[in-house]
Amino acid sequence: MAEPILKVSGLYAGYDGIPVVFDASLEVMPGELVAIVGANGAGKSTIMRTICGLMHPLKGSVLFEGADISTLPANRTVKLGISYVPEGRRIFAKLSVEQNLALGAYAEDSKTEVKRRVEEILQIFPVLRERARQIGETLSGGEQQTLAIARGLMSRPKLLMLDEMSLGLMPTMVEKMMETVIGINKAGTTILLVEQMVQETLEIAHRGYVIQSGNIVQSGTGRELLDSPDVRKAYLGM
Amino acid sequence: MGAFGSPIHCSQRLLFVHSMETVLQVLIDGILSGLLYALVAAGLCLIWGVMDVINFAHGEFLMVAMYVSYWLGFLAGVDPLVSVLAAGAFVFLLGVLTYQLIVKYTVGKPPLAALLATFGLAMLIKNFCLNRFSPNFRILSDTWLGDKTYHLGELIIPIPQLVTGIIALLVIGLVYALINSTRFGWAVQATAMDKEAAELMGINTERIYLLIFGIGGACVGIAGGIMPTYLAVHPEVGSLFGLIAFICVAMGGFGSIPGALFAGLLVGVVESFAGFYIAPVFKYVAVFGLYLAVVAFRRKGLFGW
Repeated sequence: MAEPILKVSGLYAGYDGIPVVFDASLEVMPGELVAIVGANGAGKSTIMRTICGLMHPLKGSVLFEGADISTLPANRTVKLGISYVPEGRRIFAKLSVEQNLALGAYAEDSKTEVKRRVEEILQIFPVLRERARQIGETLSGGEQQTLAIARGLMSRPKLLMLDEMSLGLMPTMVEKMMETVIGINKAGTTILLVEQMVQETLEIAHRGYVIQSGNIVQSGTGRELLDSPDVRKAYLGM
Repeated sequence: MGAFGSPIHCSQRLLFVHSMETVLQVLIDGILSGLLYALVAAGLCLIWGVMDVINFAHGEFLMVAMYVSYWLGFLAGVDPLVSVLAAGAFVFLLGVLTYQLIVKYTVGKPPLAALLATFGLAMLIKNFCLNRFSPNFRILSDTWLGDKTYHLGELIIPIPQLVTGIIALLVIGLVYALINSTRFGWAVQATAMDKEAAELMGINTERIYLLIFGIGGACVGIAGGIMPTYLAVHPEVGSLFGLIAFICVAMGGFGSIPGALFAGLLVGVVESFAGFYIAPVFKYVAVFGLYLAVVAFRRKGLFGW
C-alpha cells in the first residue's frame, strides 16, 4: 500500500499543558476523504489545530508526506501543502472577497499566478464572482463558508482540512457544501473532515474515526461506522 | 491727504486686514503643526491598529530621532533634510529591536504588560539621553531651511514647517497606500483582523508585527529627523509629543490612519487658535478639553469602527 500523506501517532494535545486529546493515531491516504466525527468538545478541532501547527503536540508525532511537522508553525505547514479551514469560517471581515482569496495564496509570490488562481476559483464558485468586490462581512453565512473553503483551496493544498463547515448553515446549504467537498476530493485533493453531523459526513467519507472525550474509540469505512450499533446508538439516535 | 488716505480709513482697513489675515495666519500655523502631529500619530496608530499595543516609548522614539539628526548636524555638518533619512532608518531599527527584545514577549498577555514594558523603555531612553546629553536645550543653527519664510501677501509661511508638513503628508500617504493597496498591506490587515486565520494563509504574523513596529518607528523617526531645523532638542521633548500622538490616535479612532491625520490637524488648529486668541498657556487646555469631549461622546473616536 502507498505511503499515507498524513500520519498522526500517539498524539497528546491540549491547552496550557493539559491534554484534551489522548494517544490519538490516525492515517490519511493520498486522495482519500476521511472524517473525524464526535460530539462537541470531544477534541476534533484540537487534533486539526495540532496537525496544521496552530498548536503543537504535547506528545506524539505528526508526519506529513513522511516528514515530521509537529514543531512547524502554521505559516510553514501551508507551504508544505496543508490547508486548514477553521471552525467559524474566520474570513477577513473587512476585506473584499477578492482580497480574501488572494491572501489564501499568500505563499505564492507570482502576482500573475495568484490572479490566475483567483479566476479559476471564481469559476468553480460562481456565487463568489457576483460578490467579488464585496466586503466579507456583508456575505450570507453560506457564502462566507463557501469563501472560507475557496480561500483554503487557493494555496493548492495536497491536504485540505475542513472544520465544522456545516455549523450555522441551513440544511439545504449543508447538502450543497457536502457536494462541494465531494467535488474537491474527486478533483484530487485529499480531505480530512471534522463534523458533528455524523450521518451526513459518514455517508460521503471513505473512512472515518469516531472520537469520544479525547479518545479515538472506533474507526472504519464510512459504511461500517454507519452500520455500527455503537455509532447508531450514540450519534444517530437509533 | 492725497496718497496717505484718510487716517480713519487707513486704520479701519488695517484692522480688517489684520483680523482676516490673522485668522488665516493662525489657521496656517495650526495646520502645519497639525501635520507634524499627524505624522507622529500615524506611527503610533499603525502599531496600535495591527497589534493592539500602545507604544509608550513613542515620544522617546521621536526624541531619539531628533538627537540623531542634531548630532549628525552638529558633528558632521549634515543638514536635517538629509539626516531625516538616517533618523528614519535608525528609529526603524529601534522599533524592530523594541519588538524583538521586549514587545514580542507581551503579545497575548494582558494589555498592561506591553504598556508597562514600553513605559520602562521610555524611562530608559529618556534617562540615558539625560545622562549622556544633559538636560540642555540644543538648537541647530545654519540649516538649509533655517528661518526662511515665504510671504504670501500679508501671510508668513515658515519654510521649515511647510517642508515638514509636506513630508508628513507624503509619508502618511505612502503608509496608507502600503496598507491598502499592496499584498503586504492586505496581509497586515488580515493579521490585525484575525492573527490565527492570517497564520493559516501562510502569513508569518511575527514578521508582520516586527515590520509594523519598524514602520511605525520610521514614521516618528522621519518626523523627529526634520524637527531640529526649527525646534530645540532636549530629553523631555518627546513626552508632550507622545501624549499628543496618543490623543490623536484615540480621537481619530484607534487604528484609522485617515482618522489620525484628521485628528492631528484638528489638534494643531485648536492649539493654534486657543494659543493665539485665548492665551498661550491655554492651548493644551483646549486640546485636552477637546479630547475629553470627543471620547465622551464618541468612545470609538471620530473614524473608529
